[in-house]
Amino acid sequence: MTRTSLVFLALLAALLAAPFFVYPVLMMKVLCLALFACAFNLLLGFTGLLSFGHAAFLGTAAYSTGYAMTHLPVTPEVALILGTLAAAALGVVFGALAIRRQGIYFAMITLALAQMVYFFCLQVPFTGGEDGLQGVPRGALFGILDLRDDMMMYYFVLAVFLAGSLLIYRTIHSPFGQVLKAIRENEPRALSLGYDVDRYKLVAFVLSAALAGLAGATKTLVLGFATLTDVHWATSGEVVLMTLVGGVGTVLGPIAGAVIIVVLQNELADKVGSWVTVIMGTIFVVTVLAFRRGVVGEIAARFGGK
Amino acid sequence: MKRARICVLPCAAVFAVCAAAAMAQQGPVKISDDVVRIGVLTDLSGLYSDIGGQGSVVAAQMAVDDFGGKVHGRKIDVVATDHQNKADVAAQKVREWIDRGGVDMITDALNSAVALATAKVVAEKKKILMDTGAASTRLTNEDCTRYTIHHTYDTYALANGTGRAVVKQGGDTWFFLTADYAFGHSLEQDTMNVVRENGGKVLGAVRHPLSASDFSSFLLQAQASKAKIIGLANAGGDTINSIKAANEFGLTKTQNLAGLLVFISDIHSLGLQATQGMYVTEAWYWDLNDQTRKWSKRFFDKTQKMPTMIHAGVYSATSMYLNAVKAVGTDDADVVMAWMRANKHGDMFGANMTLREDGRLVHDMYLFQVKKPSESKGPWDYYHLRETIAAGHAFQPLSKSRCPLIRQ
Amino acid sequence: MELLGIPVQALLGQLLLGLVNGSFYAMLSLGLAVIFGLLNIINFAHGALYMMGAYAAWIGLTYFGIGYWESLLLAPLILGAFGMLIERALLQWLYKLDHLYGLLLTFGLALIIEGAYRHFFGVSGQPYPVPEQLSGATDLGFMMLPNYRAWVVAASLMVCMATWFVIERTRLGAYLRAGTENPRLVQAFGINVPLMVTLTYGFGAALAAFAGVLAAPVIQVSPLMGSNLIIVVFAVVVVGGMGSILGSIATGLGLGVIEGFTKVFYPEASATVIFVIMALVLLIRPAGLFGREK
Repeated sequence: MTRTSLVFLALLAALLAAPFFVYPVLMMKVLCLALFACAFNLLLGFTGLLSFGHAAFLGTAAYSTGYAMTHLPVTPEVALILGTLAAAALGVVFGALAIRRQGIYFAMITLALAQMVYFFCLQVPFTGGEDGLQGVPRGALFGILDLRDDMMMYYFVLAVFLAGSLLIYRTIHSPFGQVLKAIRENEPRALSLGYDVDRYKLVAFVLSAALAGLAGATKTLVLGFATLTDVHWATSGEVVLMTLVGGVGTVLGPIAGAVIIVVLQNELADKVGSWVTVIMGTIFVVTVLAFRRGVVGEIAARFGGK
Repeated sequence: MKRARICVLPCAAVFAVCAAAAMAQQGPVKISDDVVRIGVLTDLSGLYSDIGGQGSVVAAQMAVDDFGGKVHGRKIDVVATDHQNKADVAAQKVREWIDRGGVDMITDALNSAVALATAKVVAEKKKILMDTGAASTRLTNEDCTRYTIHHTYDTYALANGTGRAVVKQGGDTWFFLTADYAFGHSLEQDTMNVVRENGGKVLGAVRHPLSASDFSSFLLQAQASKAKIIGLANAGGDTINSIKAANEFGLTKTQNLAGLLVFISDIHSLGLQATQGMYVTEAWYWDLNDQTRKWSKRFFDKTQKMPTMIHAGVYSATSMYLNAVKAVGTDDADVVMAWMRANKHGDMFGANMTLREDGRLVHDMYLFQVKKPSESKGPWDYYHLRETIAAGHAFQPLSKSRCPLIRQ
Repeated sequence: MELLGIPVQALLGQLLLGLVNGSFYAMLSLGLAVIFGLLNIINFAHGALYMMGAYAAWIGLTYFGIGYWESLLLAPLILGAFGMLIERALLQWLYKLDHLYGLLLTFGLALIIEGAYRHFFGVSGQPYPVPEQLSGATDLGFMMLPNYRAWVVAASLMVCMATWFVIERTRLGAYLRAGTENPRLVQAFGINVPLMVTLTYGFGAALAAFAGVLAAPVIQVSPLMGSNLIIVVFAVVVVGGMGSILGSIATGLGLGVIEGFTKVFYPEASATVIFVIMALVLLIRPAGLFGREK
């Protein structure tokens, strides 16, 4: 058993046991946002593209799934798939437009496109505008398993999370993933080696968007609503923070980041009010200045390579 | 072996006595986790913080103190949280409050989007929502539940009061400036209906985002419509800013403003100079009678501000709830709701209030007109009472209800 | 009289309001453009600095009796100094790294500043009175234009033109521009490049603060006023050309007018139109309408 496998097993055990010790709804929120962060990291950490509009995918899937569950006679897994597909479709559109540019311009164009999605969601009646899409039922999985029970729902969410993370892990460690890393390291060189760089970037982008969508769709089922917060640029900023704090370019980093940020926000929200934002900002600043490798990155560096 | 058999009989006896004692102690009184918890879900820092906010928490606490602090020997606890005018923050917090915090009754729920989201969660978890802050009539129509009480006021009552009065005065062409969410839409719709029913015409409407910073472009559209009346279907900070901007752009020289939901705290902010003559429909006013004056003075001593109808509503709702729990000996939502529906209620908020099947609490409403600066004897003395709208006429009749719980 | 189904009065009124909004966009994007042009940093904290300027005016008035005109001078000075402090303490460590880190740092900074102000002042806004000399409105026939708004347009144009002049036509400006293109060479000539960089960031902050004071009587002075605006301003800078001074000014005013126009014909899209334009420009001319690709 390598050290890595031991860590993964320990993590898995912890996740399986968690709902008995921690409020399940909180854990589920953490898992959804962790998946979101992992999807984002696929793009930033492994392809080198900073997208500042990832909330668009989270939110689009959230609204799609919410709408499906409230208006269409579908079971939750179908709704999830619908949400993911919606996000993937949006990913294709955004990707095709944004891939042509790099660096700052890429970030700015994703921001602009995400803002358009935000205002679209604000105006379109089916989203409920400022009120949001409320009262989304959890339904019965495959028509049999009632998801209203928090414990049942938790294990379903855990399964979704594991599936998504596994997909990302396999992608990173595949030949496709190697090419992505090559692109991140030195794009002109990858191009000169004969790889169709744009196509690789687009595929990575769509994959990242789809998984972000899966996270958003699941979140809607857990919490029962989809609101404008899901498409707001502050949410895009939050996922950047989570990934940065956890460790860009590491496998477990985004998960760690999500846990830290969500738990912090939850515990502090009532006690310190607006200071939460200040603390988030301070973490951002400190991480950028001194801990660019993030929590997991620092640990990996200490204990010598993962 | 023999020793064991000797043990069994006395042990069983002791056990039986203990069990009996335990059951007797539980008796007919069953309070979940032995504390009655009341959650004040309000806007502590945003545009509605003056009309509800910290004042609501104070009002709830006053009700608990006046009740004696305990019911059936169990402590009563008041908790509060800031929903920041976001339905998702509210829904998550309410869910956590019920799952982990042992909250039994939620009140205020200022902001219609928040109230609608909360009503859904509360109905799912079988707890009670006594809404004193939100206005949307959807709470007792499309989105009614067995566990929602719409306590203080709603958009129908507001439209019926102010809308009717203004049209009768000659304001027969209207243009609406509406806050773009559940509350604004509801108020706009109800007022449009009243205007048309009374022979007036609606020339148009424009929607503005909640907590908008600049109303100038919307007011320009209102000006272009040439309507006699500009109906402000918004509240709190938005109403204050709309009135200020209207004055700034000289709209008030040629058109009249109708504030459809105005609180005494708004008048206090704007001053009588800017608001004199405006019609205001409210459910309560601090200067109505001796009872209200006495209570308001107590509130003022604690907060340095006179209470709004929402604060009074929170006090009344909390008292009502505690009385109900005392009467039925449990905080089980179904039992408490049944008792509240079956009985009349009276306190300093309203004398003879009844709870309808759709969740609407029926009581008198009042039509006021804002005094001129010369007529006011001091701060907070702002209203002339023009009409008492009797309970039977103030709210939407059950016959027109769209609530699925009412069998038509 | 009607034009395309809309009374000309309403149209002109909205266009004029659009011009007022455009002046704010121009001023803020000017500061952003200056900072990006010379420092290569996307200053996400710009909105927060703008907000701090407005609050400086409000605090000055409420607690110290400092009037509007004094605040117009003081706030930029205070915030300019603050900006220089930020640059020295935090930003200078990031110049050797990927530019995206600068974006992230300033984003974090914006969160800190906004959160702190929200804690102390709440979310609802504070009113700030229009200075006496500018109160009242002029009847233009098709609308009543509050005098203060006319002043906003005038002041912004003056400041923008002055800044453009300094950067494009003076020796100091020449040094700044040279310093961005080739810092080592310029340093070799004996010019203190790091000092220039610090001063530039401070100047950008001062511009933002000036815009904040100008804005105070128009919109509510609230901790959220910056974040509401910053994304739009980014769009303006990107469309205008990330490093171009003239580009930001022209684009700011232009986009404000286009926004006003859209409000008349298709109000629901008024918030989106700027981003649609930004996406289009980024696709066709990524360096912006007036910029040069770096």
